Amino acid sequence: MTPSAPATPAVTTAPPNGTTADGSRRVRARDPRKVARRRQLGACGVLMAPFFILLVTVFLIPVGTAVWLSFFSEDQPGLGFGPERTVFVGLRSYAAVLNDPTFLSGLGTVVLYCVIYIPVMVLGALALALLLDSGVVRLRSWAQLGLFLPHAVPGIIAALIWLYLYTPGISPVIEVLGKADITVDFLGVHTVLPSIVNIALWSNLGYNMVIFYAALQAVPREVVEAAVVDGAGPVRAAVQVKTPLVRPSIVMVAMFTFIWSLQLFTEPMLLSQSSPMISSRFSPSMYIYDAAFTRNNYSLAAAAAVVLLICTIALSYGVTRWTSRVNSAEEATR
Amino acid sequence: MRAPDTRGTPLLRPRLLGRSAVNAVVGISVLYTLLPVLWLVLAASKDRDSLFSSDLLSLDGFSFVQNLQDLFAMDGGLYGRWYVNSLLYALLGAAIGALLSVACGYAFDKYHFPHKEKLFGLVLAAVMVPQTVLALPLYLMASEAGVVNTFWSVFIPVLFNPFGVYLGRIFSQGYVPDEVLEAARVDGAGELATYLRVALRMLGPGLVTVFLFQLTAIWNNFFLPMVMLSDQDLYPVSLGLYQWNSSASVSPEYFPVVIMGSLLAVLPLILAFVLLQRFWRSGLTAGAVK
Repeated sequence: MTPSAPATPAVTTAPPNGTTADGSRRVRARDPRKVARRRQLGACGVLMAPFFILLVTVFLIPVGTAVWLSFFSEDQPGLGFGPERTVFVGLRSYAAVLNDPTFLSGLGTVVLYCVIYIPVMVLGALALALLLDSGVVRLRSWAQLGLFLPHAVPGIIAALIWLYLYTPGISPVIEVLGKADITVDFLGVHTVLPSIVNIALWSNLGYNMVIFYAALQAVPREVVEAAVVDGAGPVRAAVQVKTPLVRPSIVMVAMFTFIWSLQLFTEPMLLSQSSPMISSRFSPSMYIYDAAFTRNNYSLAAAAAVVLLICTIALSYGVTRWTSRVNSAEEATR
Repeated sequence: MRAPDTRGTPLLRPRLLGRSAVNAVVGISVLYTLLPVLWLVLAASKDRDSLFSSDLLSLDGFSFVQNLQDLFAMDGGLYGRWYVNSLLYALLGAAIGALLSVACGYAFDKYHFPHKEKLFGLVLAAVMVPQTVLALPLYLMASEAGVVNTFWSVFIPVLFNPFGVYLGRIFSQGYVPDEVLEAARVDGAGELATYLRVALRMLGPGLVTVFLFQLTAIWNNFFLPMVMLSDQDLYPVSLGLYQWNSSASVSPEYFPVVIMGSLLAVLPLILAFVLLQRFWRSGLTAGAVK
């Protein structure tokens, strides 16, 4: 079962160039190596081809199409009675998106969401991982499993559960608070964003905690013990010794949390069924969905998508550059 | 991975007060993550009236079996269809997707060719690109090809898993020593035969990890089916429950079935995570180290 057909005939053919300059003995020595190399490249191609066919069809072409769509528009000349034709509109769609207050407010919403969510998430997950790593927690693996459980709950169902926990009449949370004479409207104008943050936090806290915990387990124990011998208490050992050593995973978690936050869609989409506080263009992703499939304005949707894409790329590029600069600066000081 | 030997450092143990504070914080966090799931279990066993009125822990209006029957009878047994669809999308998609991406990651690790790292950079870039950016072009392409609102319009895009290629490369570095390939080459085995008979077996745990990650992603998938599908019979559970929940605000008889349906939709992933625990732990470590 070795489809190395293109490689096998090469055994008999001479290498195309460089044969006369080298001695004949070396040619014979190199020949099978070249054959082997071609067979390897053939196998490599076979192993990679299916994935790269997918990459081209469901990734490269769509991204290209999105960019293309954002520069063109369906125009109907003659007051909309003429035939539709596609015309180049340059940056008009981008101008429309960037001047659209609903898009900008969606972007603002996501930025605010990130400002609340990311610090709470990263600090919370890190604190829990450090506590679990400190060795004083009882039933540690059960605690880990319990914290991780929400990750196995699909996003839409996490949103459903919390929607019910936010709904007066069904929610035991509101009932308990009500008995203490506290009335909270979790889906009110100021509370809806923190409520969404809470859903995301609940879903991902344990997942990120496991990542941090795994990184902490890789920290050499001698380093920590040396710090303790030098007089650092457990808190200082955790904050000043262990935390800097797991910085790469902190950066990674923060970056991925940021990227996923920019795509905020599922939770507000579901809550919008029950809360008038969430408009159909609440976040950039909802704006794109609304533009594409409710308003059928493809160029507007594509331009908004490209803006979102550029934000994502800029962000990850910036973080990567920043961490490599910090790392090389540290190398230099050592 | 290190063995959990952290208890072996007695110097680090805080005093008793600190220890109970630590346990309290962890305990409260675990309650925070577990109680909503517990609520789902309790609420799934309530009939509609007691869902709205009575105490969750009381046994009034206990109707777990009735809710289950209602769920599968609702709208002509749609939920069963959705469940089968989700299983098909997720199990089949994750299995094929994991095989493709691990093969590609293995090739990235074991073979050398020009511009390899640039190509790998492209794969990594694909991890970051938002699904919302791809959805509209994918929809237009699918409608051009005439497959919009079919099984394939959802199934083919979910096969694409660039993070699986990244993991596959790392696992291949870790689990498949280059010497094994050299030995196979000396024995005259073909490259692909070596991959299929030798390397793939060594990559087994990595393959399961990638499968599990992709299974979760596809089971959670909501945006793409929402864009592609209008035929309710093709919906996955996530989209179906979304639709039923929107009906629930008008007709409250949907509430108990949505809750029961959510409970059942959570089970496969919990089962997969508990059964395959050691695999995803290794996967998370691999992702975290680099």
